[in-house]
Amino acid sequence: MDYAIQTDHLTKTFGNFTAVNAISFEVAPGEIFGFLGANGAGKTTALKMLTGLLKPSSGQAWVAGIDVTRKPEHVKRRIGYMSQKFSLYEDLTVRENIRLYGGIYGLKRTDIKSKTTTLLEKLQLEPYADQLVVGLPLGWRQKLAFSVALLHEPRIVFLDEPTSGVDPLTRRQFWDLIYEAAHTGVTLMVTTHYMDEAEYCNRVSIMVDGKIEALDTPRNMKKAFAATDMDEVFRKLARQA
Amino acid sequence: MSILSIKANSLSKAYGTVQAVKNVSFDVRKGEIFGLIGPDGAGKTTLFRILTSLLLPDAGQASVDGLDVVQDFKLLRQRIGYMPGRFSLYQDLTVQENLQFFANVFGTTIEKNYALIRDIYVQLEPFKHRRAGALSGGMKQKLALCCALIHKPRVLFLDEPGTGVDPVSRKEFWEMLRRLRDSDITILVSTPYMDEAELCDRVALLQKGEIMAIDTPEGITASYQRPLFAARSDDMYRLITDLRTLEPGADCYAFGEYAHLALAGTASRSATPTRPTTLSRRTSTETIQQYLESKGHQNVEVLNATATIEDCFIELMHD
Repeated sequence: MDYAIQTDHLTKTFGNFTAVNAISFEVAPGEIFGFLGANGAGKTTALKMLTGLLKPSSGQAWVAGIDVTRKPEHVKRRIGYMSQKFSLYEDLTVRENIRLYGGIYGLKRTDIKSKTTTLLEKLQLEPYADQLVVGLPLGWRQKLAFSVALLHEPRIVFLDEPTSGVDPLTRRQFWDLIYEAAHTGVTLMVTTHYMDEAEYCNRVSIMVDGKIEALDTPRNMKKAFAATDMDEVFRKLARQA
Repeated sequence: MSILSIKANSLSKAYGTVQAVKNVSFDVRKGEIFGLIGPDGAGKTTLFRILTSLLLPDAGQASVDGLDVVQDFKLLRQRIGYMPGRFSLYQDLTVQENLQFFANVFGTTIEKNYALIRDIYVQLEPFKHRRAGALSGGMKQKLALCCALIHKPRVLFLDEPGTGVDPVSRKEFWEMLRRLRDSDITILVSTPYMDEAELCDRVALLQKGEIMAIDTPEGITASYQRPLFAARSDDMYRLITDLRTLEPGADCYAFGEYAHLALAGTASRSATPTRPTTLSRRTSTETIQQYLESKGHQNVEVLNATATIEDCFIELMHD
């Protein structure tokens, strides 16, 4: 089987501190994979290695079949990335943001044009196409950011706390988009602090002190920890640390 | 001495053309943990800044511990503790230096009010010579709470203390708040996490600068009117899509392991049993189960559900 993401003893050390400690896991194509852990557990460092932004100290990782250590630039072209903290340029309009990202990912001018039309229509953002992103409600911005991350049709998308701070309705509408993308075969790796969102993932991994301490479906994990919800699983695991 | 600790009366504030807070009124009783629950942009921080005398309202009045937030701001600032949403301690000072600094500014000493922060500070003590900037998220939050408490305030303002903090640290933080309430400190806390509403004595649900509801968490969930079901199957994406077309007016969203299906009309378990039968009233867990199985779903499970704060928040947003 060709995995969307595969790591083998992936490790990152900073001085004498091991941020990510020999993690090995696989993510199947079309899977929604939840990547959980407490603050400082090593999630961000692991994500940075998988997206080609940080060179691993040892171990290996392949994303979309590409070796991230050898060809980080190739990885960046094949993946989409979205975080709550940074995604869109606030001082550009909706249309300009789409054009900018289309350009960065090397799409043809005609493709950018047709994709802009489809995207605005799908998100019902046509009336706001020429408004600055800064004026849009947070929820709309996040939906737009997600769609922009999918613009170059990546097979794998990394979502780093995509729903933090939004209202419960928008949060769920956002998950509709995630489900929809997964349905078309896109692989999604998601970090979140909302434990109910962990339940929406096909499988979940929980990092504690740089290691993956648990990896399974939410259902099996709850069974294994005799917990009623993922919140309880998370607390039981992190308490061991 | 009034039993009201915070009184907000028709507060409004605009930034340019953006109306951040619209005619907001609420009271917080002495010794209460009161939650302002709402997403980013709901107006939580603006309200905090007005109530801590850091921002003038365009209209309305407010008092905290009997002091007017505009007229008596100097006295007021001695009596309140404020923990802003963004980490606001001195990153280059150590844990101990930060605490010492805040004690000095308020003309007190760490020793004098140590009893109040002891439970929290013991966890920080091993790192007391570490620079605040080098602490983990959860530790920073604990230090910020100690600094906001060191002058023994009567009212504590905590603006999104849980944001960006993992569930374990968040839970510990709430345990600390409940212990503080027992020492008679009133706490106003804001959060975008709806599950934290249940940890407050009373909450105000805030959206786009307006209060949609004020009540105890139980009162809010008890006021939910629609028939509500929880359902799951092997393919949740298709399940949600199918349930949305079950009947007119049906709303369906993911809620953890299950999807919640809210039907049009009033719940049959409401206080008015003589209501005429609506379309939804005939819908039951059995009929939903049959419908889903007819759509080819595997491992279907349908239950009657009790509304959570999030169900209520979503419902109020529709109004």
